[in-house]
Amino acid sequence: MTPPRRDQPQSLIALWRNPVARAWIYQIAILLAVGLGAHTLFQNTRRNLEEKDTVSGFAYLANEASFGIGEILPVPVLEGGLIHLLIAIVAGLFLVFLLSRWQKRRGSTIGADTRLVIVVFILLFGVPLAVLFYSGDTIRAIHYTEANSYGVALMVGLLNTFKVSLIGCVLATLLGLFLGISRLSSNWLVAKLSETYIEIVRNIPLLVQLFFVYIAVLRTLPQPENSLRFFDVAILNNRGLYLPSPIPQDFANLFMLSIAATLTGIYFWRRHVKQRQDRTGEQLPFFLPSVAALVAVSGLVWLIFGTPFQLEYAELRGFNFVGGLELSPEFTAMLISLTLYTAAFIAEIVRSGIQAVSKGQREAAQSLGLRGGQTLRLIVLPQAMRVMIPPLTSQFLNLTKNSSLGTAIGFAEVVNISGTIINQSGQAIEPIALTMVIYLTFSLSISMLMNWYNAKMRLVER
Amino acid sequence: MKSEAAVEHGAGAGKPPMWSIALGWMRRNLFNSWLNSLITLAALWMIYEVAVFLVGWALVNAAYGFDPESCRAAEGLCWPFFADTWKLFMVGRYPFELRYRPLLVVLLIAGVAVPGIFRAVRQSIWYYAVWVAAGVVALFIIRGADFLNISLVNTGLWGGLMLTMILSVAGIGFSFPIGVVLALGRRSQSMPIVRALCVGYIELIRGVPLITILFMASNMLPLFFPPGFDLDKVLAAQIGIILFSAAYMAEVVRGGLQAIPRGQIEAAEAVGLNYWQTMAFIVLPQALRIVIPPLVSTFIALLKDTSLVAIIGLYDLLGIHAQIIANPIWLGQGVEGYVFIGLIYWIICFSISRYASKLEKRFQAAQH
Amino acid sequence: MKSNVMIVVAFIVGAVLAYLVLSFTGSEPATTQEEATAPGLLETIVSRGELKCGVSGTLPGFASLNSSGEMVGFDVDFCKATAAAIGVGLSIEALTAKERFTALQSGRVDVLYRNTTWTMSRDVKLGLDFHGVNYYDGQGFMVRKDGKIKNAKDMDGATVCVDTGTTTELNLADYFRSNGMKYKPVVFEGADKARAAYEAGRCDVHTTDASGLAGQRSALKNPNDHIILPEIISKEPLGPVTVHGDNKWGDVVRWVLNVLVVAEEKGITQSNVEQMAGSSKDPEVQRMLGKTGTFGADLGLSKDWAVKAIPSGGNYGEIFERNIGKSTPLKLDRGLNQLWSKGGLLYAPPIR
Repeated sequence: MTPPRRDQPQSLIALWRNPVARAWIYQIAILLAVGLGAHTLFQNTRRNLEEKDTVSGFAYLANEASFGIGEILPVPVLEGGLIHLLIAIVAGLFLVFLLSRWQKRRGSTIGADTRLVIVVFILLFGVPLAVLFYSGDTIRAIHYTEANSYGVALMVGLLNTFKVSLIGCVLATLLGLFLGISRLSSNWLVAKLSETYIEIVRNIPLLVQLFFVYIAVLRTLPQPENSLRFFDVAILNNRGLYLPSPIPQDFANLFMLSIAATLTGIYFWRRHVKQRQDRTGEQLPFFLPSVAALVAVSGLVWLIFGTPFQLEYAELRGFNFVGGLELSPEFTAMLISLTLYTAAFIAEIVRSGIQAVSKGQREAAQSLGLRGGQTLRLIVLPQAMRVMIPPLTSQFLNLTKNSSLGTAIGFAEVVNISGTIINQSGQAIEPIALTMVIYLTFSLSISMLMNWYNAKMRLVER
Repeated sequence: MKSEAAVEHGAGAGKPPMWSIALGWMRRNLFNSWLNSLITLAALWMIYEVAVFLVGWALVNAAYGFDPESCRAAEGLCWPFFADTWKLFMVGRYPFELRYRPLLVVLLIAGVAVPGIFRAVRQSIWYYAVWVAAGVVALFIIRGADFLNISLVNTGLWGGLMLTMILSVAGIGFSFPIGVVLALGRRSQSMPIVRALCVGYIELIRGVPLITILFMASNMLPLFFPPGFDLDKVLAAQIGIILFSAAYMAEVVRGGLQAIPRGQIEAAEAVGLNYWQTMAFIVLPQALRIVIPPLVSTFIALLKDTSLVAIIGLYDLLGIHAQIIANPIWLGQGVEGYVFIGLIYWIICFSISRYASKLEKRFQAAQH
Repeated sequence: MKSNVMIVVAFIVGAVLAYLVLSFTGSEPATTQEEATAPGLLETIVSRGELKCGVSGTLPGFASLNSSGEMVGFDVDFCKATAAAIGVGLSIEALTAKERFTALQSGRVDVLYRNTTWTMSRDVKLGLDFHGVNYYDGQGFMVRKDGKIKNAKDMDGATVCVDTGTTTELNLADYFRSNGMKYKPVVFEGADKARAAYEAGRCDVHTTDASGLAGQRSALKNPNDHIILPEIISKEPLGPVTVHGDNKWGDVVRWVLNVLVVAEEKGITQSNVEQMAGSSKDPEVQRMLGKTGTFGADLGLSKDWAVKAIPSGGNYGEIFERNIGKSTPLKLDRGLNQLWSKGGLLYAPPIR
């Protein structure tokens, strides 16, 4: 920016000729216009609403929903013991603050050190969670029924959105990685097949694919009485896919804790192995001891305290299978089409990421004697990752936003529930605004995470 | 290694026979290791299975002719379904006797497009003006015009591929200038408030799914206007689409603006051009040329995204499909319809994307 | 990048603040003046030359698309009669259950004939006016004939397909709750999607208004494989809806509906209406068909409004029989929708 000229504006013309002043005049005019426009919209809206005698405000969230939802996850609700949680959160924030001050004095930031980031995560999330866990019944799970409020219904929708997006992101990444690598395969047929797949999927709207998958999936699956059974573990029919669900027993907590402790131990062992290799070039065994430790510790706990989880199998009772883990056809169709669609885009990202790694790197790796798989895993992918991460994140965000299409096939995600609320409560503005804020919060937190990651990557590059 | 030797040998012995070239190629690209051979065989088996299924479904077990009854017996594709309903897929509920009008528009557009094969025509600014004029005329042909005594056709009757194309072409046409303004605002250095407004708008829109914007357009937009104002349903959706795609357009244009070296702007300023002159004559022409390929992909994305208007009750390709299969005689033909729609979208989007990649290659060649 | 996030957050905070400020500043009484001068809906329709009528569009028998792309059905015929009475053209808009009220409130349609149940909350809270009943209905259940369900009490644990945004969705929850039974709803946007899913075997039960079920059943691949259970679990008076407060327009909608019922009582049909208008000696018929009295002008319509309305689709009975009666695939009985004099509930106020 050039500093404003100091000559005195003698007249309005002089003021107009001063570029800085002119910029401000423009801006104030634009701001006024935008403000006026917004004001008019607000006034119109209010008059319209008054004329129609409709209610406004967010009080509807507490009203009884009285509609059923097919796909329910338990909604965690805080109760009592809130004060412990607040203390833990405030203390955590304070410690993080101190940490950042300390780092600053050392001339660095928290983001520069992965270990410190982990500490921050533990302070911010781990400690409050632990407090919640040990202070007793502070979290209660609500199993949604028609008697619950619109607010709880919305929470159920939110959880369903999270569920399908999270699993979808993982699956789409795996499939995309596979497709992207096979598109660069030396096998001509594989490369062509992969390309064909990508070109077909990318050029058809997701919604069309979604409807197709949903109807195709439903039409081909049998009635519950004639379910497809895979050794009675997985049961598939046109009401969904049923898997056994683990029911935690008395010592499940201990079991999980012991596994967590072992994993922490393995993490430190890996660091030690790496440091040793860096210092001396000697390769200590890592993979086998880790697996052995994991098996030994968990097996020991299992033997001493008994089985930590009992498997609950689904069984046919009346019309449908009851119990176990149920994946509805809507969820499955949503998951399949989101995965197939997003994977095609991820494949292209992976391809261009791999191609961005210079050929010399690969040749250098080969001359060091690394095998093809090793080259890919140790040399190419880590470097490609840096190029791939930003577009990957935006694909994950797209997937999450696309999960809103679930409303078209009756998957109970957040837009679907909001739509039902709009219709049953007669209020439109508030539910739509709330839905947008939910998605925005999600997008913004991801983009903050991205900022952190980019900053870190920059540091590594130096 | 073996295959390379074979090639060398072939080259040495004059012109090798066709089959040996093919064999060599196959050895190199399909069977160069036992693992690859296995994968190739597995892939071939998969292709065979899919091909058998497709041929069986679409040809062998299909029902032919015009009689809907024959479809009930057939296991495969129902060809009579397309014979009877393809007109609905094309233009929706557009009045029967007025269907020459969309045809007229297609002819008009073809007429404007054909001169574009000549480079001289393409490079003239007037050619773009003609395109814009053709768009306006096309809209009047389809909608009708009171002042010309061409009977009006209510937008509620617009549908099918016609509506899909109108929504996406008008969407890109209107969102592009808005996107340019937003991008310029976002890049503005001397106007922090304008920059904040632009950034806020772009990030807000990009942070939410299109379907919420469409819900807003169909449920809330009518409330924004004074009481008694009658907002057309198609127009409301169109506004939603424009507002949505403008944010993405802005990001694409911004990418182009960022690629213009600062020296260009400084040079323009040194010559005495003001901000708008600099932008209009120096920066934008260069920036827009760079962003043509991503612009085309944005257009493809927009074209695909218009399918969401079916959820808010418009009769685009998907919307009219729901209506068609509500007709008892075509019940159960849902899958055929989805395949048909998918095919239409695919042909359009794929050919556009091929054209875009050709353009991109040409630009790259021009730059090097 | 970081500042972008801050800007968006600032936007949201600003919007919330603006919302709070505006929702607490209270209402301005300025709107009443303009209301008085604003033209009523009837004037708007006449000057537009077109009535915009909202129907279902995917419900066979009531409103669905035929092969030549025209909307036909029971509800559509009422729209036609109303447009004919005013003497304007008709534009049919198909609406989902979810969007119908917003479409009405935003002026996208002038009147709804869309299987809409008259309930207190809709009448009082949603800013709507109901103008009588064109079909007395009740919620029913459709199941597979060879399935386990023989009556409604067998449905414990069943999966139920239902159209979202309807009273049906709420009644369903109430019914299962009050009978202490469990169910799994699968909620669809649009009756056609719910039907397609039911047909594909996604649900044991498909529920909607009994009339709708008959229509849905007729549109299934093998209608005879499915039965509609005898139990009716609710009252569903379906009728025309307009936006709250425009009484003049409401009168027109109400009396076009009434006149079609009275026409059946008096034996006035599509074919003999012209002749009755000239020759009838019945004073009520004379008043109705505009030979005497000023009812047409009182409604803001022409003198012969009823003579124009009836030929479009006939009287109530004719409309019923042609679209959903015994001779159609729906095979619906007149049942409650018989004239009061023949044991039904159709009881139009006298034209006097």
